[in-house]
Amino acid sequence: MPSISRDEVAHLAKLARLAVSEDELDLFAGQLDVILQSVASVGDIATADIPPTSHAVPLTNVFREDVVRPSLGQQQALSGAPEAEDGRFRVPRILGEEA
Amino acid sequence: MTNDLIHATAAELAAKIHSGEVSSVEVTQAHLDRIAETDGKVHAFLHVDTEGALAQARRVDEAVKAGEQVSPLAGVPLALKDVMTTEGVPTTVGSKILEGWLPPYDATVTRKLKEAGVVILGKTNMDEFAMGSSTENSAYGPTHNPWDLDRIPGGSGGGSSASLAAFQAPLAIGTDTGGSIRQPGAVTGTVGVKPTYGGVSRYGLVAFSSSLDQAGPCARTVLDAALLHEVIAGYDHMDSTSINAPVPPVVAAAREGLSGDLSGLRIGVVTQFSGEGYQQGVARSFEAAVSQLKELGAEIADVSCPSFDYALPAYYLIAPSECSSNLARFDAMRYGLRVGDDGTRSTEEVMSLTREAGFGPEVKRRIMIGTYALSSGYYDAYYGSAQKVRTLITQDFAKAFENFDVLISPTTPTTAFKIGERANDPMAMYKADLCTIPANLAGTPAMSVPSGLSDEDGMPVGLQIMAPALQDHRMYRVAAAYEAARGAFGGPSL
Repeated sequence: MPSISRDEVAHLAKLARLAVSEDELDLFAGQLDVILQSVASVGDIATADIPPTSHAVPLTNVFREDVVRPSLGQQQALSGAPEAEDGRFRVPRILGEEA
Repeated sequence: MTNDLIHATAAELAAKIHSGEVSSVEVTQAHLDRIAETDGKVHAFLHVDTEGALAQARRVDEAVKAGEQVSPLAGVPLALKDVMTTEGVPTTVGSKILEGWLPPYDATVTRKLKEAGVVILGKTNMDEFAMGSSTENSAYGPTHNPWDLDRIPGGSGGGSSASLAAFQAPLAIGTDTGGSIRQPGAVTGTVGVKPTYGGVSRYGLVAFSSSLDQAGPCARTVLDAALLHEVIAGYDHMDSTSINAPVPPVVAAAREGLSGDLSGLRIGVVTQFSGEGYQQGVARSFEAAVSQLKELGAEIADVSCPSFDYALPAYYLIAPSECSSNLARFDAMRYGLRVGDDGTRSTEEVMSLTREAGFGPEVKRRIMIGTYALSSGYYDAYYGSAQKVRTLITQDFAKAFENFDVLISPTTPTTAFKIGERANDPMAMYKADLCTIPANLAGTPAMSVPSGLSDEDGMPVGLQIMAPALQDHRMYRVAAAYEAARGAFGGPSL
């Protein structure tokens, strides 16, 4: 019994902003299913009493002195932009989506 | 002469350069020539920075001539994994999505190398975004193992390790999220070290899985790795997860280890990493290493870490989850590739088309696995459970280190497999990292040191040594002692 369907993979791809092809959907559906079934075994030993670990170094709120340090200038920051205009990143239209 | 220069260790080269016996330019040129001769077969490099390397070499030579005090590895060439940003020098992370990108800044590791006078020869090939165990996932074609060109050099840092094995560089930098330094080290007969998490700054390391990613040194000898370790390690205010503590004294430990005395040292053999799935030649090489460590005076006993059996599944939930979030930054807006922006499409459409065109299949698989594992309804069963397994693995390490100074295992279950052999079977590929993953999940240091060649296929085998957090020097001492006892095991002919 597959744990993940082709439609679910299509939905995941949409969430992840990946315009995957029909062929890829077939390939990935099978592979993701195998992977997810293999990794589901974590549930075998993860009982309710065990606290989760998100990070090997338990740190919270790392602060530094509020001093000005050198950082990238506007030109450097825009140097890798696919398109820039007037010192800003130029992007395709952002309005009118998913009305 | 050239032959001597490319086969010398980094420590030997540094001594010769600093005494004026040879110039860094000569040493650098010898390695550039070697790359030109051999990289058509090996493909360890994605970019060779001839001009930059020679300019740095000249600077070191001038400093030596002027009688200035130079740092211990000044003038020695190094191969840098293409996951570290280099100002004005291409950084692709093995991906089409960053093809042609010239970073506007240096990673902290890059900066430290430059400041130490290390000569960066170029950028090495890797699995795309460091996701893989064979370097076959590079968008720019695979790297070949110098010991057998039909075999993989490991991954993700296959380019760095192959460059060492091919004598193209005496030093290299790797990054290790689930074994990407140690596994390539094992299958190419080189030394690879994953320091304690937070020991080396991640600033400028293109992120894959931030709670696991750790940069570290690669070399052909333990002492060389230690020398490089001390160049790149240390607290960095640009990485809030870097540890604000003194760098472990790894060079002193490597030198101490060379005495060959491990009397009284307690070594635990992890019983989970043996048996079914372990190649006979690997198992025999490991047994021989255990015997040699005993002869050096170490006390060796088995230790069971039952939760390690669940490290692989936990890793393949945690790493994809973090990557699905990290790689959201590749949005076609601020840097990198942009595809399909014809004036009619929306930002979201351009983003989806760009990511589809720019990412390879393994990256897409992991992004989707991560997206799934983090989605509501599945979060507790997958990501949440994996985080609990992480706790159990950390506890197993802590218990084992109550009775043992270091733990050992084979670095990989098998020697290098053939290119293409596991390309269509993600789970088979993932198993290459079986023994290396627990140290990433626990944040503890671990390294691979060559244990000779497998008697079955003549391919290199690695011995993994694991230590408690911030005790990196312990494993260097053991590795150096073992290396001296093991002796030379030859090198590949290219």
